[in-house]
Amino acid sequence: MKRHRKRKLTVIIFIALGLSATVGLTLFALGQNMNMFYTPSQVALGEVGVGQRFRIGGMVKEGSFFSAPDSLKVKFETTDYVHAVPIEYEGILPDLFREGQGIVAEGSVDDKGVFSASRVLAKHDENYMSQEVKAALDAAGTDEAIQILQERSSK
Amino acid sequence: MIPELGQISLILALCLSILLSTLPIVGAAKDNFIWMNLARPLSAGIFVFLGLSLGILAHAFVTDDFSVQIVAAQSNSLLPMRYKLTALWGGHEGSFLLWTFMLAAWMLLVSIYSKSMPLQFVARVLGVLGILCVCYILFMLATSNPFARIVPLPPLDGSDLNTALQDFGFIVHPPTLYMGYVGFSVVFAFAIAALLSGKLDSAWARWSRPWANIAWAILTIGIALGSWWAYYELGWGGWWAWDPVENPPLITWLFGTALIHSLAVTEKRGVFKSWTVLLAILAFAGSLLGTFITRSGLLTSVHAFASDPTRGVFILGILGLTVGGALLLYAIRAPLMKSELGFTLVSREIFLLVNNVLLVVSAASIFLGTLFPMVYQALTDDLISIGPPYFNAIFVPLMIILFVFLGIGPISRWKRTSTEYLVKQVSKIAVASLFIGLVLPLLVLLEFSVAATVCVILASWIVLTMFKDLRNKVANKSLLWIGLRSLPRSYYGMLLAHIGVAVMLIGVGLTTYFSSERSVLLGPGEEVELGSYAFMFNGHEEIRGPNYIGERANISVTKNDSDLGTLFPERRIYLATGTPSTEMAIDAGFLRDLFITLGEEKEGGSWSMTVYVKPFVRWIWLGAIFMALGGSIAAVDKRYRVLRRRKLEKKKKEASEVALQPAS
Repeated sequence: MKRHRKRKLTVIIFIALGLSATVGLTLFALGQNMNMFYTPSQVALGEVGVGQRFRIGGMVKEGSFFSAPDSLKVKFETTDYVHAVPIEYEGILPDLFREGQGIVAEGSVDDKGVFSASRVLAKHDENYMSQEVKAALDAAGTDEAIQILQERSSK
Repeated sequence: MIPELGQISLILALCLSILLSTLPIVGAAKDNFIWMNLARPLSAGIFVFLGLSLGILAHAFVTDDFSVQIVAAQSNSLLPMRYKLTALWGGHEGSFLLWTFMLAAWMLLVSIYSKSMPLQFVARVLGVLGILCVCYILFMLATSNPFARIVPLPPLDGSDLNTALQDFGFIVHPPTLYMGYVGFSVVFAFAIAALLSGKLDSAWARWSRPWANIAWAILTIGIALGSWWAYYELGWGGWWAWDPVENPPLITWLFGTALIHSLAVTEKRGVFKSWTVLLAILAFAGSLLGTFITRSGLLTSVHAFASDPTRGVFILGILGLTVGGALLLYAIRAPLMKSELGFTLVSREIFLLVNNVLLVVSAASIFLGTLFPMVYQALTDDLISIGPPYFNAIFVPLMIILFVFLGIGPISRWKRTSTEYLVKQVSKIAVASLFIGLVLPLLVLLEFSVAATVCVILASWIVLTMFKDLRNKVANKSLLWIGLRSLPRSYYGMLLAHIGVAVMLIGVGLTTYFSSERSVLLGPGEEVELGSYAFMFNGHEEIRGPNYIGERANISVTKNDSDLGTLFPERRIYLATGTPSTEMAIDAGFLRDLFITLGEEKEGGSWSMTVYVKPFVRWIWLGAIFMALGGSIAAVDKRYRVLRRRKLEKKKKEASEVALQPAS
C-alpha cells in the first residue's frame, strides 16, 4: 500500500473507532437515564416494580387533595377514571396544580401502591394537555375520560 | 378591514419573495445584470411588506380587535399595554410572522452591507434567502394565518395572555432568540451561494465571518435571556433544565461556535473548507429543528404551542427541502473543496479541529437525547422521557476536555508549533492553575470539594493562558500601550469571549454544587436559617394589580445580625382566567442570589415557602454577556472594511483622473 493511502486508512479507522465508541457510550447513557411512562391503571394493576423510577400521568381526582396543616406534605390521587393511584409529595406544588387538572409526576411506588413523587409537573397553559395525560385517558377509554378529552380539545 | 390589509401585504411579500428566489439566481447563472440587480430592491420590498403586515397585526393587538383569532386567544382588554403589544408573539401564528420579518430584516442588512462583494455573489445570497422567505410565508398562509378572523360573532373580550408570559423576559427573550436563530440563515445562504458559484475561497470566508459572529453573539444573548427568565419566573431557581425546547438553541449555538472557529481557519489558512460549509448547513438545520420541535407539539415541554400535526409535517417538509437540497449541492460540489493540508500534527489548525470535533459531538449527543423519546415512541408506542442526568453525563466531560484545549489553542501557532515551545509556554501556567484551584476554594469553603477545584483550575487555566498570549503579542513593542493598540479588534473579541467562558464556567460550577435550599412552613414572626442567612417572616398583605389580585409576604433577611433588607414574594390570581401565579422575590448579588418562592397559606396564618441561596449564579449570564460582546467586537474588525475603503479610493481616484482629462 502506498504511504498516503496507509495514512488515509489509519485516519478512517480512527474516526470509525471514535464514532462507534461515542455512539455506544451515548446509547448506554440514554438507556440508563430513560424514564418510562405509565398510566394510573397500569400502576394500580401492579405492572410496575416497587422502587423503579418512572413517570405517571393523569387527572387529579376531585376531592382527593389533602394538605398537612403543619408541614409541606401533600397527598392526592391521580386517575384515568378507571383506577386511581395515591400520590405523596413534599414541597410546593406548581401554580397550575388543581383538582380536575392533568399532572405528570416523577417518582416510584412502594409496596402499598403509594406513589411518592420527587417532582410534580403541571402545564403552564390550561388548555394544553400534556401528551402523557392524553395517552393515559386514551388508554382508559371510558366515557368520562373521553368526554374530558373532547372538552379540552374543543377549547 | 384593516387586518385583511395585513394579509394582502403578506401575499404581496410572497409574490416579491417568489421573484427574489428565482430571478437573481438565474441572472447570476446567466450573467444577466438586470436580473441580478433586482435582488436588493426586492429584498427591501419584502422587508417593507412584511413590516407592514407585522405593524397591522400589532395594531390589532393594541386596539383590542378581538375579531382576529389570535388577538382573542392571546390578549385581553385588561392587559397592560406592553403585554398587549408583545402578546403578538405569545402564540404560534404571531411568533412565526415575527420570525419571518426577522429574516427580512437580515436580508435588508445583507443588501445594505454587501457593497464590497461582487454582485453575482450578493444576488445568490439574497436569492437563497428569498427561497426561505417563500417557504415561510407559504407555511403561514397555508397552515397558520395570523390574520384569521372569528366570524360572525367575535368574543367581547380575549381569553388573556398566558400568565407565565406576562413578564419582562417575554418581551426580550423571543425576539432576541429569533434574531440569532435567523441570523444563521444568512451564513447558510453565504455557504450555498459559494457552492453555487463554485468559488470557495478565503474571500467567501472573510465575507461570512462578521455575519456569523453577529448571529452567534445575538443567539448567545437570546439563550442567556431565556435562561435568566426561567431562573426567576419558573420558581425553582433552575437556569437550565435540558428541556426539549431549550436544547435546539443550544445545538444551534454549539454548531455556530464550531462554525465561527472553523471560518477563522478557512479565512486565514484556506483549509477546512468542506467542513466549514457543512457546519453552516448544520447550524441552519439546528435553527429549523428548533422551530419544528416547538411548533409540532411532538414533545412535552413548557414551551409547546397548542399542537397541530399538519404544521409539523409542513415544517419537516421545509427542513427536508432546504437542508436536503443544500446537502445535495454540497455532495455535487465536494470535489471543489479539496484543500492542501499544509499543517502538521501540532498546530493551531489541529487544536481548532479538536475544538470543532468536541463541539459537534456534544451537539450531536444533545440532539440524540432530545429526539430519542420521539423515535422511541414511534417504534414502540411507549412514552418515555430522558432526564437531565443523561445530558450532564455527556456534556460535562466533553466541555472539560474542550476547556483544556481552549487554553492551548490561542497560544499555539498556525502551520507548525514545536511541542517544546508549547510546553515552555504553558507549563508554568498549568502549575499556577493547579495551585490556585487547590488553594482558593479551600480558603473560601474551608473544605475540599472536587467540583470547585476542577472549575477553578479550568477557569484560571483559560484566563492565564489568554493573558500569557496577550503578553507574548505585546512583548516586542517598546511601550505596552503601543503594543496593545497594535492588536486587531478581532483579537480582543476573542480574548473577551474566552474570558467569558471562564466566567460562565465559574458560575455554572459553583451554582450547581453550592446552592442550598430549604422548604419550610413559617408563621408570622417565625424565622428560618439557611447557611449564614436568616429569613424572618413578618406577615402578608393583600395586593391588587391592573389585571390580577394576590397576596404579598414580607420577609426580612439578616446575615450575622446585619440587616440585608426585605423581600416580597407574591402569589397572584389573574382575573381573566383565574390562573394562579407565583412571583419570586430575589435579592441579586455579584457573589450570591437570595431567592424566595411563596407556596400557599395553611392553617393558623402560616405559609409554605422555599428559600434558596445561590452562589455565583449571576456569573452564568455575565459570562454570556462577555461572549456576546467578544463576538460583536470581532465582527467590527477593521480588516472587514479595509477592502471596501481601498476600492472606494480607487474609484475616486479614477473619477478624478477622468475629471482631469479634459483640462489636459
